[in-house]
Amino acid sequence: MSTDISERPDGMAAPANPDEPFLVVENLTVKFPTHDGLVQAVTDLSYTVERGKTLGIVGESGSGKSVSSMAVLGLHDPKHTRLSGSIRVDGTEVIGAPEDRMRKIRGNSIAMIFQDALTALHPFYTIGDQISEGYRIHHRVSKGEAKKRAIEMLDRVGIPQPNRRVDDYPHQFSGGMRQRAMIAMALVNDPQLLIADEPTTALDVTVQAQILDLLQDLQREFNSAVIIITHDLGVVAELADTTMVMYAGRAVEYGATREILTHPEMPYTWGLLGSIPEVAGDADVRLIPIPGNPPSLLNPPTGCSFHPRCPHVDKVPGDLCRTTLPDLLPGDRGENHVKRCHLANPGEIYTEEVLPEIAPDLIDPETGEMIAELAAVDPDEI
Amino acid sequence: MTGFIVRRLLSSVLVVILTSMFVFTLFFKGLGDSPAVNACAKLHNGHCNPEALKSIKHQMGFDKSLVSNYGTWAKGIFAGRNNVYVDGKEYNCPAPCMGISIMSGNTVFHDLKQKYPATVTLAVGGASMYLVLGVILGSLAARWRGTSADRLLVGSSLIVSSIPFYLVALLSWIYLSLQLKLFPTTGYYPITQNPAKTVAWMMLPWLVIGLTNCTSYARFTRGQMVETLNEDYIRTANAKGVKTNRVLFKHALRAAIVPVITIFGLDFATLLAGTIFTERIFSIDGIGNWGLTALSTPIDINVVSATVLVSSILVVVANLLVDILYSFLDPRVSIA
Repeated sequence: MSTDISERPDGMAAPANPDEPFLVVENLTVKFPTHDGLVQAVTDLSYTVERGKTLGIVGESGSGKSVSSMAVLGLHDPKHTRLSGSIRVDGTEVIGAPEDRMRKIRGNSIAMIFQDALTALHPFYTIGDQISEGYRIHHRVSKGEAKKRAIEMLDRVGIPQPNRRVDDYPHQFSGGMRQRAMIAMALVNDPQLLIADEPTTALDVTVQAQILDLLQDLQREFNSAVIIITHDLGVVAELADTTMVMYAGRAVEYGATREILTHPEMPYTWGLLGSIPEVAGDADVRLIPIPGNPPSLLNPPTGCSFHPRCPHVDKVPGDLCRTTLPDLLPGDRGENHVKRCHLANPGEIYTEEVLPEIAPDLIDPETGEMIAELAAVDPDEI
Repeated sequence: MTGFIVRRLLSSVLVVILTSMFVFTLFFKGLGDSPAVNACAKLHNGHCNPEALKSIKHQMGFDKSLVSNYGTWAKGIFAGRNNVYVDGKEYNCPAPCMGISIMSGNTVFHDLKQKYPATVTLAVGGASMYLVLGVILGSLAARWRGTSADRLLVGSSLIVSSIPFYLVALLSWIYLSLQLKLFPTTGYYPITQNPAKTVAWMMLPWLVIGLTNCTSYARFTRGQMVETLNEDYIRTANAKGVKTNRVLFKHALRAAIVPVITIFGLDFATLLAGTIFTERIFSIDGIGNWGLTALSTPIDINVVSATVLVSSILVVVANLLVDILYSFLDPRVSIA
């Protein structure tokens, strides 16, 4: 198990602990004061990522995925953001760190890949200029050397004729190539942590697979920690060692990816699984959308924030779902799989009610029972 | 690129020709034969008889049609004209002939060459002042948007733009030049003879043009910068660890400046075509003042036509230059 979700006493925050994972996020809360009120973008979020491992963060738009990872880089405007909790990068506290120190971390030990490379790359500077700029900020090298490094990186991410393409502008690249260039830019300083914010969302499916392969190769090569933010469970299944599902700014389920995908225990995760179209599956199988809209973060629902959309509220005794926020606690599957849900027997409900609806292929047509071998499918094959 | 420039040049030439026809027609029809009547009265001490008037009309071409008169005028620009009569005197007008100025008795082109350096000096100085000041102020206001300094800038630009320009020019002349004698002399001193003196004499007019216009440039730049600072590529630059000032002045300003330059190109052309108030109030002997004087009685129609022609050429050329410049400023724009 690569992650550690247990609470740490505050005293351990200050000195660099050699046993501590590369990134430790503890009780991170991000609030944005606006004219309409306080937006609770992220609430009480804790996770860890070790070198060479990948964490997948899954959730709908506005669930706090990007906000929490931007906080790791300190990219929020301090005037318009209230941050609390602790983010430690290689033992160094990031929250409240001075700008100068954050700048040394940004793009150097932590780099970020953004969603839409067309808007995330500067339209008026060449690809080469933008990559070598990142290199020269953190290394004392000449322009010529930095350009050589840029060409090397473009070659590494699979851009053909990098010598020539290095002088192209972003609009002269195709979508997939732009994303490759973006990755080259992020990796130019050999970062120990790479945050990929929906790196494949804006791309064609075939290109998506190439980019994911590339990310995996590069991770193996550089042994960096990776956080991949996505709303696509397929991406998570492909890349992530551990997965965190976020809803309304909170973690609602967290554990090994295989665990989360095969034995989900939170109705929101079931909803996500039910919303994935299956290529090889039966064309008659309905996609089951999650009803309703993501909640307002200005005025989050009382109790469990998922209760207005949850089809299983009546299985919980009393008004618990509406009144009390469930804690992030281990369920039936052991210490390393935590979920935020009041349901007493989620495993049973999942196999008996949810699975037959979202994946009838996994149910034996004769006996009406779940085929265990199929349901416990290897995440690499999903 | 060449094709684009050729096509644009052709359409520009068309615009200039149409403008000249329009202006010529307006004044030719509007004035009627009054220049001939004026000349006749002047020559005969107010006792103009029909015989003399007829001969003067013939000399000045008023017995011919509008089209024929325009033809003579237009041909003169390329080929020059002989036997041009003004107030009964015969003049020789070599190409480019835009006629003879009634005021000075020189060819219009001769006067134009004399007046232009003043206007160009005024425009270049004033425009660079408001461009540089405006862009710097606007960028800083965007950097500290929402603070009291930002509000002060936005507020002051509203105040400045609501005061008529001539009032600012007049008051600053009265107080800074006449009363306080901070800028004792204003006007144009030939820049080739003594540049220091030129700067000293021009400083107040430059400041007036620069400061009154810089607020609107600051606001425009601020708006563009605020928009640009919200772009994804600015977030990327920050995520790379780029320093704040470099993000602001390299990444953001590089994108925000493009529309500012577009507006500037057109504004600058208008300035070059003559700033009537500034030149009048600060007694600068430039195009604007010249054109204004030409409008007093008797109207110096050749001077007026020449100033209009030159300013239309300037605006058209500025438009063309801005379009070409655009393709250098924004690599996504290719003109073909």
